[in-house]
Amino acid sequence: MRIRFNLAALKQIKWNEYLTRFLLGGAITVITGLIAKHFGPVVGGLFLAFPAIFPSGATLIEKHEREKKRRAGIAHTMRGRSAAALDARGAALGTLALAAFGALIWQLLPLYNAVVIFTGALALWLALAILMWRIRKLLR
Amino acid sequence: MELVERFLLGGLIVSAFAVVGEVVRPKSFAGLFGAAPSVALATPTLTLFTEGKHYAALEARSMIAGAFAFLGYTLACVYFWGKGVFEPRQPPLPYSLSGGSLP
Repeated sequence: MRIRFNLAALKQIKWNEYLTRFLLGGAITVITGLIAKHFGPVVGGLFLAFPAIFPSGATLIEKHEREKKRRAGIAHTMRGRSAAALDARGAALGTLALAAFGALIWQLLPLYNAVVIFTGALALWLALAILMWRIRKLLR
Repeated sequence: MELVERFLLGGLIVSAFAVVGEVVRPKSFAGLFGAAPSVALATPTLTLFTEGKHYAALEARSMIAGAFAFLGYTLACVYFWGKGVFEPRQPPLPYSLSGGSLP
């Protein structure tokens, strides 16, 4: 299965949905910083993996799929829930790559340039996530 | 001022990853971006300037445990949504933290 871009999907998203994500992302980052300040980096670090994108993304996918079916005259459908479950499967693979992202920063950040390490960690996250996704597709 | 910077940077990075997740297909691939290192990029980047590299590295170590907790959460969603036990719009914890403001 090929990876592709569907820019038309952006038109489905309302401005308040963009705003909600921005506010949620900003709020979680501030709260994470405050937790680290009060309880230290060990506790604060747990929240660096807080699901800031996944819950709202899955909710939107479910809503859009449900609305698509409703416009087609189908009132009750499992499609939205199935699409959200599919999104969650992808996110599950992403969390494993996220753990590798954290491990790389933990081990190498004290030794090397921070920009190089963060760029490398992001590249590692993306490469691992794509690799696991491809392997999963091959095994199905 | 630091809190404002955190808020703006966090909001921008989370929004950017969310938009990428919206435009890529297929859906299972787009799901990967639901677990993108958004907060994990915003927070340590700022922490580096105020607390230094060792502090940020300690945060990253704890993040590994957080990532496995996130994995448990996503697997629970796969199971419960797949079985139809509850709907994605019914609030699990992180969703409810948005104050129910998500559509």
